[in-house]
Amino acid sequence: MNAAVLDTATCWHCGQPAPGASPWSAVVDGASRTMCCPGCAAAAQAIADAGLADYYDNRTEFAVRIEDDADSAALRAYDDAPGAGDVVFNIEGIRCAACVWLIERRVNALPGVTDALLNVATERLRVRRDPAEARTSDILAALRAIGYTAYPVDAARQAAHLERERRTLFRRLFVAGLSMMQVMMYAVPVYLATDGTMDADMRALMNWAALLLTVPAVAYSAWPFMRGAWMDLRRGVAGMDVPVALGILAASGASVVAVVRGHGDVYFDSITMFVFLLLGSRYLELDARRRAARALDGLQRAAPATAQRFIDFPATRATDTVPAGALVPGDVVLVPPGQAVPADGVIVEGDTEVDLALLTGESRTRALGPGAQLPGGAVNVAQAIVVRATSDARDSTLALLVRLVERAGQDKPALALWADRVGAWFVLALLVLTVVVGAGWYLVDPARAWPAAIAVLVVSCPCALSLATPTALAAATDRLLRRGALAVKPHVLETLGRATHVVFDKTGTLTYGHPVLRQTVTFGGASRRMALQLAAALEAGSAHPLAQALRAAAGEAALVANTVNQVVGQGVEGEIGGRRYRLGNAAFVAGIAYGDAPGGQPAGVTSVWLGTTSGWVARFELVDEIRPEARDVVAGLRAAGKTVVLLSGDDEEAAQDVAMRLGIAHALGHQLPEDKLNVVRGLQREDAVVAMVGDGINDAAVLSGADVSFAMGQGAQLAQLHADCVLLGEGLHPLAAALDTAAATLRVIRQNLGWAMVYNVVAIPAAASGLLNPWLSGVGMAASSALVVLNAARLRRE
Amino acid sequence: MEALYLLVPLSVMLVAFAVWIFFGAADSGQFDDLEGPALRILNDDE
Repeated sequence: MNAAVLDTATCWHCGQPAPGASPWSAVVDGASRTMCCPGCAAAAQAIADAGLADYYDNRTEFAVRIEDDADSAALRAYDDAPGAGDVVFNIEGIRCAACVWLIERRVNALPGVTDALLNVATERLRVRRDPAEARTSDILAALRAIGYTAYPVDAARQAAHLERERRTLFRRLFVAGLSMMQVMMYAVPVYLATDGTMDADMRALMNWAALLLTVPAVAYSAWPFMRGAWMDLRRGVAGMDVPVALGILAASGASVVAVVRGHGDVYFDSITMFVFLLLGSRYLELDARRRAARALDGLQRAAPATAQRFIDFPATRATDTVPAGALVPGDVVLVPPGQAVPADGVIVEGDTEVDLALLTGESRTRALGPGAQLPGGAVNVAQAIVVRATSDARDSTLALLVRLVERAGQDKPALALWADRVGAWFVLALLVLTVVVGAGWYLVDPARAWPAAIAVLVVSCPCALSLATPTALAAATDRLLRRGALAVKPHVLETLGRATHVVFDKTGTLTYGHPVLRQTVTFGGASRRMALQLAAALEAGSAHPLAQALRAAAGEAALVANTVNQVVGQGVEGEIGGRRYRLGNAAFVAGIAYGDAPGGQPAGVTSVWLGTTSGWVARFELVDEIRPEARDVVAGLRAAGKTVVLLSGDDEEAAQDVAMRLGIAHALGHQLPEDKLNVVRGLQREDAVVAMVGDGINDAAVLSGADVSFAMGQGAQLAQLHADCVLLGEGLHPLAAALDTAAATLRVIRQNLGWAMVYNVVAIPAAASGLLNPWLSGVGMAASSALVVLNAARLRRE
Repeated sequence: MEALYLLVPLSVMLVAFAVWIFFGAADSGQFDDLEGPALRILNDDE
C-alpha cells in the first residue's frame, strides 16, 4: 500500500492535497477517509456502497481526480456575483419525490449551508448559507455531481429554461406520436391475418419495420424516463420512473427477441403508445406548472429595471436614466404612462389613474392626485406623473411582496409530504409485486408470465400521489395570489379548509380602522355642505384622524380659516369670513355658542360639534365604519359551517353593536392581547381549529397562537407582518376568496388521492391476474395521470 | 404482395423524412407559441 494513501492531508481517492480540515469525506472500510472534493467523495462513497472497497486495498496508484464538471472554471464565474446570504437556483430535471430528497440532503450536507429547500412547483432551490464557506460554485458542482443541472436564478434564464424544457418535451412527444401511428400500420395486418394467410416472410418484414420505428420512441422519446430511472437506481431509491422504464425495457427486450427468433409476441404498438401517452400527460403537467408560476413571474417582471430621475427637480426638468436599484428615498422620478412606479413614493405633480392589480388583485384603476401614496409596482395608466421616492427600490411594496411569495413556495404542506412518502413506498411495493406476479405466472403458465409482469409495471400510477398534489397546491396558490391573498405558509389552504372557528379582530379588520363620517346633523338652517366646508377649513392643518375624516368628507377645500388655535383635547377655534367658529367637543363649543348642545349625545358614535357666536351649527357623527363587504364575508363563513367570533379591544357595547350588525353571535369586548390569546387557546382546548383574522401588527401574539392566521396587509407594513396568509387587496374580499379556494383545493386533492387509490386498487390486481394486456395497461396509466393533472389545473380557473 | 417489400421500407423512410421536416420546423420556432396565432387572427387591425 502506498504510504501517501495513509496521509490524512491528501485525498484518499485521488491523492491530491486535501484542503486543511477538508469538509469532505467518505466512509470506506468502516473508517472515515478524507477527500479533496465532492466529486471524489461521491465516487468513493459509491464505490464503498457498492461493496467494492477492496479496490482501495489492492490499488498501487491513486485514482484519477473526479472533476465535477468539464466547465468547473465556468462555475467559478458565478462566485463573482455580490455575496448575498441566500442564493436561489433553478434545478433542471426534477422528476419525483426522490429527487427532492436527494437534492435537499446533498446540499444541506455542504459545509456552510444552513438550510436548503426545494420548491417543486417552481423548480427552485433556496439555499441559506455562509457565502465565505459555501460558494455558489460549490453548490452548483455538488448538484452536477449527483446529476442535476443547476443555475443561479436569473429571471431571463429561468424563462429560457422552462421554454427549452417544453420544446424538447414537445419534440419527444411528436416523435413518439409519429412512431406510434406508423407502428400501428404494421401491427394491423399482423393482427388481422388469420392463421396461415400471412407467410412468415411478410410477418417478419412487418415486425422488422415496426422494430425500426420503435427505436426512436424508446431511445429518444422515452429517454427522460430511462435517465430518471437510472439516476434513481444508482442512488438506491424507488422513483416514479423506475417502473415505467422497466416496463418499456422489458416489453422492448421481449419483442426484439421475438423478432430475431422469428416467433413469439411483439409489443411494439403497446410500447410506442405507452411512451406517447405518458409524454402527453407529462406535457400537460409541465404546462400546468408553467402556468401556475405565472402570477409570480408577473410580479417579478413588474418591477422596472430603470427609472428616469430628475437631476435637480424643482429647478430643471432634465432627467437621466438610472438603474431602479440606485434610487434612494428623496429622489424625484418621472413615471410616464404605461410604466410601473420603481419604488414606493408620493405623487408630487400630476393627476393620473393607477392600476394596482398585481399588488392587490383589484381590477379597477384608482384615480390619484398630488400627495397620494403610491406603492412600488403600481402601473401608471393615464398621465405622466412626478413621484418622490419614499423607499429604496429594494424595499418597495412590490419587492417585499416578491420576497414573501418566494418564501411562500418553499415549505411543503404536510399533505404533500405525506403523498411523497407514500409514493416512494408504493413504487417499492409495486416492484416486489411485479416479481411475485411474474414468478407466480411462470409456475402456472410460462407464456403469460412476461406480459403479466409488464402489465403490472405499466398499469400502476404513482403520479397521482407524487405529482398531482403539488400541482393542485401550486394552482391554488396562483389563484389565491391573483385574487389578492398571499399564502405565506404552506398549510394555509389545508388548515383553513378544516377550520371550525374564525375569530375576527374588530378594528382595522371588520372596520376600516379609522373614523369615517356617518352623518351630519345641522342646526339653524345651515346646509350640510356648508357645515362640512367650515369644519374642513378649521381642521385644514391637523393630522388627527377625526380631522382627516372630516376633510375627506368635505372634498375640495373652498374656505380658509384664519387665526386658527388648537386647544389640546378640546377642539379647534378659528375665524372664517369674519366669524369665529369652534369645532370640538360639546363643552368646548358651548363656550361660544351658549346653551346646551341640541339633540343630546348619541351613544356608540364619536360626535364632533361645530358652533359659532350666534349658535350651534352642526353635529358630525363619526364612527369607525364597518367595511361594506364584511357582512357578506361573515355570512359566507357561517354558510360554510364555521363559527364566527369577534374579539375587540373596544368596550363591550361597541363590540356588541358591530357583532349585531354583522350577524356575529359571539362577541367579546374589553379584550387585551393576552385575553384574546386566552380565548383562542380556550377554543383550541375544545378541539376547535381556529383561524384568526387581524390587522397583523398589534395582534401578532394572537395571530401566532391561532392554527392559521390572516393579516390585512397594506403597503410598507408587509415586512413586519406575522401571519400565515396576507390579505393584499383592499378589505375582506380576499378572505372570501381564500375560503372558497381552500375548499376547492381540498376537494381536488381528495378527488385526486381518491382516484389514485381506486384506480390502483382495481387496475393492479386486474393486471396481475392477467386480465389486462400491456397496451390496455398503458392506456389506463396515461389516462389516469392526465386525469389528475387536468383535475388539478381546474383550480386555476375561477 | 412483393410490392410490400419495397413499400414498407419506403414508409419507414417517409417517417424519417417527416421527423426531419418537423425538427426543422421546430428549430425555426414554429411551435414556440401555439396559442398566440389563434388569438392574433382575431385582431384585425391591419
